[in-house]
Amino acid sequence: MKMDRARSDPWQTEEEAESDAVSAVLAGREKHRKNLIPILQEIQHKLGYLSEAAMEAVAEHLSISHSEVYGVASFYNQFRFHPPGKHQIKVCLGTACHVAGGGIILENFERKLGVKAGETTADREFSVERVACVGCCALAPVAVVDEAVEAHIAPSRIEGIFLGFQRQKEQQEKEVREGELSS
Amino acid sequence: MVRLTVDEKEIEAEEGQNLLQVCLENGITVPHLCFLEGMENSPASCRLCFVEIEGMDCPVPSCQTVVHDGMVVNTQSPAVRHLQRSALQLLLSAHRVDCSDCPANKRCALQQLAKLLGIPLKVKHLESLAGEVDTRMGHPLLAYDAGRCVLCGRCLYACAKHQEHPLLTFVRRGFSTRVDFKGKTDPAELPCLACLACVEICPVSALGFAGKTLGAA
Repeated sequence: MKMDRARSDPWQTEEEAESDAVSAVLAGREKHRKNLIPILQEIQHKLGYLSEAAMEAVAEHLSISHSEVYGVASFYNQFRFHPPGKHQIKVCLGTACHVAGGGIILENFERKLGVKAGETTADREFSVERVACVGCCALAPVAVVDEAVEAHIAPSRIEGIFLGFQRQKEQQEKEVREGELSS
Repeated sequence: MVRLTVDEKEIEAEEGQNLLQVCLENGITVPHLCFLEGMENSPASCRLCFVEIEGMDCPVPSCQTVVHDGMVVNTQSPAVRHLQRSALQLLLSAHRVDCSDCPANKRCALQQLAKLLGIPLKVKHLESLAGEVDTRMGHPLLAYDAGRCVLCGRCLYACAKHQEHPLLTFVRRGFSTRVDFKGKTDPAELPCLACLACVEICPVSALGFAGKTLGAA
């Protein structure tokens, strides 16, 4: 999935903010390739992900190719290349969950949201990730939706989770509207 | 100078040279894929260049072995051949064997290795890892067929040798490792059209020009 960068106005400011954050990280770092991973970690810590522009800036700073930066970053699970969604869904594919059909659960989330693992929906509401063991194998298959652990999750439960979010959103919108009316 | 015996043939070599290089220089065939003559640090990833050395418990990859005086080497022992066949079968299980539609047909490194080691190109007892044909990659001028690529890394070596900042890299890891490119997408800003060393060196035609299908040479 690609973020819509053509819509300049609302996104531009965000890009600029990101670029400033990246420059701030780079300013404090020696131009040596040994710093590549610490720099990437710091950028991800600040932005929540590694954008193409950020990786390009890092490559330029360290005088290595953009390819090399991406090659290193894509090797490690800790780096993500899409901004995290408002709601984060982590599907466990550790041994127990894998055996109990975690793959099917992940596939269902992916299909429901139209994105692949590691990606974020275009509206930045949801991001889906695969993780290796969240530490409660007796509850397999498990998915962690935001902070809540969904135990023994069945494909049919997925629809329910999104219905819950939908309700929550409607409720919030209603409160906002009521707030506006009363003020 | 050191003297060593390879397959009952006495040869001389410079001290500190690697054994695979010495064998190749002396016309001794040792299967290899990731090593290229003149390479300083072999990636030692293809697991094909095994040889047996007297006094050692098990076969060793010759590209990682430094020659020493009085070394006695056997490049064709049953144990060596067994390891090489297994390694090649694993490589073939991750390769889409479709020779009649492949531009590398008849000059393909895998075909030559299979012939040398006496195994068929279709590996029946291993699950195939080669996916569907998908030749998209980030590079504007190159096409890459992951189902054909055996990840020998020759293209990365060639790219690093010809370009100050290598453009090709391995991305991701494990089964999803592939060769890819990130960066400028304007062909005019890339040195690639004048180089194409990676396409030239690919032993299995996994890299080619974009726009032209990989199937037709």
